[in-house]
Amino acid sequence: MNLLLNISFSSLARWIDLSLTNLLNNYMLVKAIEMVIAGLSLLVFLVPLCFFLGYMERKVAAFMQIRLGPNRVGPKGSLQIVADTVKLLLKEGLTPNASDKFLFNLAPVIVVIACMLVMAPIAFAKDFQLWDLSIGVLYISSVSSIGVIGILMAGWSSYNKYSLLGAMRSGAQIVSYELSVGLSIISIVVLTGSMRMSDIVLSQENGWWIFKGHIPVLISFIIFIIASTAEINRAPFDLAEAEQELTAGFHTEYSGMKFAMFLLAEYINLFVVSAIAATLFLGGWMPFHIGHWEAFNHVMDFLPSSIWFLGKTFAIIFIIMQFRWTFPRLRVDQLLNLEWKYLLPISMVNVLLVTIMAIMGWHF
Amino acid sequence: MNASTIIFYILAATIISGALLAVTSRKIFRSAVFLLFSLIGIAGLYFFIDYEFIAAVQIIVYVGGIIVLIIFSVFLTHGSGEDMKRPTIGRAAFAALAAIFGGVLTMFLISQHTFFPSGKTGIEPSPENIGSQMLSTTEHGYILPFEVVSMLLLAAMIGCIVIAIKIKVPPHKILPETDEDGIEIFDQKQTTLENKQIQL
Repeated sequence: MNLLLNISFSSLARWIDLSLTNLLNNYMLVKAIEMVIAGLSLLVFLVPLCFFLGYMERKVAAFMQIRLGPNRVGPKGSLQIVADTVKLLLKEGLTPNASDKFLFNLAPVIVVIACMLVMAPIAFAKDFQLWDLSIGVLYISSVSSIGVIGILMAGWSSYNKYSLLGAMRSGAQIVSYELSVGLSIISIVVLTGSMRMSDIVLSQENGWWIFKGHIPVLISFIIFIIASTAEINRAPFDLAEAEQELTAGFHTEYSGMKFAMFLLAEYINLFVVSAIAATLFLGGWMPFHIGHWEAFNHVMDFLPSSIWFLGKTFAIIFIIMQFRWTFPRLRVDQLLNLEWKYLLPISMVNVLLVTIMAIMGWHF
Repeated sequence: MNASTIIFYILAATIISGALLAVTSRKIFRSAVFLLFSLIGIAGLYFFIDYEFIAAVQIIVYVGGIIVLIIFSVFLTHGSGEDMKRPTIGRAAFAALAAIFGGVLTMFLISQHTFFPSGKTGIEPSPENIGSQMLSTTEHGYILPFEVVSMLLLAAMIGCIVIAIKIKVPPHKILPETDEDGIEIFDQKQTTLENKQIQL
C-alpha cells in the first residue's frame, strides 16, 4: 500500500528515464525518445478529451434546453461523437480553386500546434507537468497568441468574403480581449510573486486564491472567465463564426479533417483556458485546504491530485458551456464596448487593488 | 555533431529561409506569414539558450502584436490579394548585390573579431532578476530608460486616442436655423469647417 502511494507520475518518468539511459547509453537518443513519448502521451490524452468534450457539449446543450441530446449511437449516445469523427474522416477535404492553397492547408495546422504548445506548462497533478519553466503563465499567454494568426490565415486564404469578415472580427476580438486576460493573470502573479506554474499551485496550499484574495481576486476571476470565453471564440462571443450572418466565418470553406482540426483546436482551447483558470484561482491540483485545519486538510488529501485538477477544470468547462445557452450573441460594437469601456478599466483598477493588498499583506 | 548543434542549425535554417521567402514572395500575405516563421525561429533561438523570458516577450510583441498588425493592414489595403509586380532586372540585381555585400561584410567582421570570454559570472536570466534590474536605481539599474520608454509609450497612446477620438458636436451648432439669409449660410460653412477640424 505504501509503495503504491509513493508511485507518482514523476517517479514513473524517472524510472523510464533511468531504464532508457541504461539501455541506450546515449544522452541525445534518450532525450529524443522521451520527447516522442511525451508528445504521444499528450496526443493520447487530447483526442479522447476532445471526444468527451464534444459529447459533453451536446449533453449540456440538451440539459439546458430540456431535451435528451444524442441517445441513439452507443449507450446514452456516447458513441455519437465517434460516428461524427468517422464521418469527418471519410469526407472529401475540399480546397477551393481560387484559394491560396499553401496557406489554406497550413492554417489548421498552425491553430492546432499553437493550442498544443500551450499544454506544456500545465500541471495536471502533483509532480506531473511536461515543462515547469520559470515563466509559466507568460509562456501560456504568449504562445496562445499564435493561434489568432492561424485564424486570420484561414480567413484570408479561403478567398471568400464571409471567411475574411469572420477572420477580421475574430482578430479584433482576440487582440482586445487578450489585455483583460493578461491583467487578470497578472493579479495572481502579483500575489504569488512568481510566474512558475508549480509555485502558483504551491502558494495555494493553505487556501485557494479565490478565497484568500478577497473580492479583488473574485473580480479578476470573473473577468478572466468572461475574457477567455471571448478569446476562444465561444458563444456568446462567437461573432467570428456567427452562423446567421457569416455562414461559418473563417472556416466556411473547410471540410473533412481540416475542419475537424479547427474543432479539435476549439475544444483543446476550452480545456486549456479552464485549466489555467483552475490553476490560478482554484488551486490547480491542490486539494481543498483551509488554513491550519490539519485534520480537515489531511482528509482532503486522500483524493488524488489529478482528480482535484480535472474536477475543477471540468466544473469551469461546465460553466463556460452553459454561457452558450444562456446569453444571446453580442453585436460587434457591444463586444468592443464591453472590453474597452468595462472590462479593461475594471481590471486595471483591480490590478492596483491587488497590488496594494499584496504589499500590505491583507490576504490570508 | 551533437543534438544542440543540430537544433541550432534547424533554427538558423528556419530564420534564414523565412526571411528570404518573406522578401522574395510576390504575395504580400505570404510575406507576412514567412516573416512570422522567421520571428518564431528567433524566439526558438532564445529558448535554445535558456532565455525564456526574452523568448516569451519576443513571441508576445512580434507574433501577437506586430504580425497581427501587419496582417490587419494587409486586410484593409485595397488590392492586396493580387500578385505584386515582378521587380525589374536592374533593381533586382542591385538589391541582390546590396544583400550579398551586407552579408559578406558581416561575415568578414565576425571572422576578424576575436571573442573574449567575460571574466564575470553570468546572472541567471530569471524573471525576478530581470524585473529587479529593470527597476533598480543603483548602478547598472535600468529605471531611467524604463521610465523614459514608458513616457514615450504613453505619449504614443495619447496620440492614438487624439487621432481616433470623435468629438460629438451638437447638431444645432453644425446646422444653425436658416430663417435668415446670407450671413447665416456663411456661418454654417464655417462651423462645418471647424467641426471637421475638430474631427481631424
